[in-house]
Amino acid sequence: MAYFLFFLLSVVCIASVLGMIISKNQAYSALFVILAFTCTGGFFALLDAPFIAVIQIIIYAGAIMVLFIFVIMMVDVRKGITPEKKKWTSGFASGIAVILFIELIVALKMAFNPLNTSSSQAIGNPSDLGYLLFTKYLYPFEITSILIITALVGAIILVKKKEKE
Amino acid sequence: MIPLSYFIILSLILFVLGIIAFFVKKDLITQFLSVEIMLNAANLAFITFSKSASALDGQIIVFFVITVAAAEVAIGLAIILLIYRQKKSIKTEDIKSMKG
Amino acid sequence: MIETLIVLVKIVCALVWFLLITLYLTWAERKESALMQDRIGANRANFFGIRIIGLFQPFADAIKMAFKEDFTPSFSRKFLHDLAPFLSFFFTGVTIATIPFGDILKIGGKEIKLQVLDINVGLLFVLAMLSFTIYGVLLSGWASNNRWTLIGGLRGAAQLISYEVALGLSLIGLVMVFPSLDFSAIVDFQGELLFGWLPKWGIFLQPLGFLIFLFATMAESERVPFDLPEGESEIVGFFTEYGGMKWGMYMFTDFMKVLIISCLLTTLFFGGYQVPWLYADGFRFPWGGEWLLPHGIVVLFQVLMFNIKVFFFCWLQILLRWTYPRFRYDQLMDFGWKLLIPLSLINIVATAIIMSIL
Repeated sequence: MAYFLFFLLSVVCIASVLGMIISKNQAYSALFVILAFTCTGGFFALLDAPFIAVIQIIIYAGAIMVLFIFVIMMVDVRKGITPEKKKWTSGFASGIAVILFIELIVALKMAFNPLNTSSSQAIGNPSDLGYLLFTKYLYPFEITSILIITALVGAIILVKKKEKE
Repeated sequence: MIPLSYFIILSLILFVLGIIAFFVKKDLITQFLSVEIMLNAANLAFITFSKSASALDGQIIVFFVITVAAAEVAIGLAIILLIYRQKKSIKTEDIKSMKG
Repeated sequence: MIETLIVLVKIVCALVWFLLITLYLTWAERKESALMQDRIGANRANFFGIRIIGLFQPFADAIKMAFKEDFTPSFSRKFLHDLAPFLSFFFTGVTIATIPFGDILKIGGKEIKLQVLDINVGLLFVLAMLSFTIYGVLLSGWASNNRWTLIGGLRGAAQLISYEVALGLSLIGLVMVFPSLDFSAIVDFQGELLFGWLPKWGIFLQPLGFLIFLFATMAESERVPFDLPEGESEIVGFFTEYGGMKWGMYMFTDFMKVLIISCLLTTLFFGGYQVPWLYADGFRFPWGGEWLLPHGIVVLFQVLMFNIKVFFFCWLQILLRWTYPRFRYDQLMDFGWKLLIPLSLINIVATAIIMSIL
C-alpha cells in the first residue's frame, strides 16, 4: 500500500513538474506546481511528518500559490509566452542538469552513511515539534517572525502606488 | 517500509527538474516558481534525513524554510509587479537596463 | 476484510448524512426566510399529489438543475471553467471525514469509532482543505474570461485568504486549552466538568475565540453579510458565467460550507457529541442523581445530541444571513484585518496569561 502510494505520488509529482516546464501558459504552470506541492505534502505524510505535511499544504499550496495566481491574473499575459529565440539555452540547461544529477548521486554515494530505513519509532508529533521550536530553536523562530513582519511591510510599501502631490 | 534512498533520488530528480525549468522558462513568474520547486526538493531531502536520524531537527528546518519562502514570495512578487508596471512585460529578455 | 467493510460503511453513512442534510438546508433556508418575511415559501413540489410542506422541493430543484443545458461561454478557458466548480465541491465535501459523530460504538466485540478519518492533525487538515477551496473561486473567475467575474474572483480570494488568517489565529487559543489537534481528543477533553457541574465546552473556556471563529467562518462561507464575491445585485460574482448543474454545484457548495461550519462549531466549541453529564454508562447528575443506560442508548443519545447542535448552528447561520445587509468591500477588509486579527491576538495572549496563573 505504501509502495503503491509512493509510486503514484512520485509519478504525478514528476509529471506535473514536466507539465509545468512544457506548458506555455503561466496559469497552467502555476496549477501544475500546486499539484506538485500537494504531492510533496503526501511524501511528508509518508515520512512520518504529518504536521509538516499539513503545513506544506496550508502555506505552500493554500497561500503562496494563491499569491502567484493573483499576480498571474493581474499581469494577465493573454498571448502566453512567445517561443524563445535562443534554442540553445534549453539544451545547455538540460546538459548541466544531467551532469549535476550524476554528480549529486555520486556525492551521496560517497558522503553518507547508509540511510537508516528501519527506524520505526513515530516522530513528528506536533507537540514534540512545538516543544523543540520553543526551546532549542527559539532564537531562529523569533528571527523568522521578524523577517515575516519585515516582508509584509516591505511588500506593501513596494507595491503601494505613490499618491500624487 | 519504503527505502529512504528512493525519497532522496526523488528529491534529486525534482531539484534537477527545477533547474531545467529555471533555464528553459523565459518569464520571471515561472522562473520564480521553479525556484520554489527546488526549495521543495530540498525540503523533501531534509524530511528524509530527519526520518533516517529519528530526530525532529530536519522537520524544524523545513518549517523555517517554508516560512522564509512565504516572506520571499511576498517580496519577490511585489518586485515582479513593480517591474511589470514599469516595463509592461515580465519576460527576462525585456529587462536589459539597470535604470528604469 | 471486515475492517475495510466497516470503513466503507462509515464513508457511505457520513456522505449520505452530509449530502442529505445539505439538500434539505436549501429547503430550510427558503422556509426560514419565508417565515421571516411573512410568506409561505416553497410548498408546491409534490410526489403523486402528496406535498408535506414542500419537503420534496430539494429533489425537484436537483432534477431541474440536472436537466438544464450545460452552457459554457465560447470565450471561456474550457478546461479550467469545467474544473473550478469540482474543486470547490470536492475540497469542501472531504472535510466531513474528520468530524466525530459519536463515541466508540461496540458491536459484537468490535470497537467502531464513529469518525471516518482519525488523524492527529485533523484540525489542520480541515484548514488545509478549506484553503484549497480558494482555487475554485479564483479559477472560475479567471477561466470565465470576463472582467466582472475576474473582479469577483479576485475579491473572493482576497476575502477568503484574509479571513483564513483570523480563522487560524482564533483556533490557537483553543488548541492551547485543549492540548491537541485531533478532533476526537478535543471532544474527549470537553466531556470533563468545570467546577464539578459546568461542562468543559470550548465556549466557556474561549468565548472570544468562539466569536472570532464564528465571524471568520461565516466570511469563509461567502454568504450575506459577507457575500461580496457572489454579489448577486452587482453582477460581479465569480460564477456569473455558469449555468445548469455547474452553477448548482456552487450553490450546493455554499450550503455544504454552512453545514461543515456548524459541524466545526459544534465539535470545537460546543462539546461535539458530548451530552452534559452523560458518561459511558449513563447520566450522573452533579446534584447526585443517577440514570444508568445501556451502551447502545448512550451512543444514540450522543449522535442525536450532535445532530441537534449542528441543526441549531445551521438555523443560526440562516437567521444571520437573512437579518443583516451586506458589508461594503472596505468595511469587510477593515473588519477582518483591523478587528478580528488584533482581537484574536489579544485572545491568545489573554489565554496564555490566564493559563500560566492557574
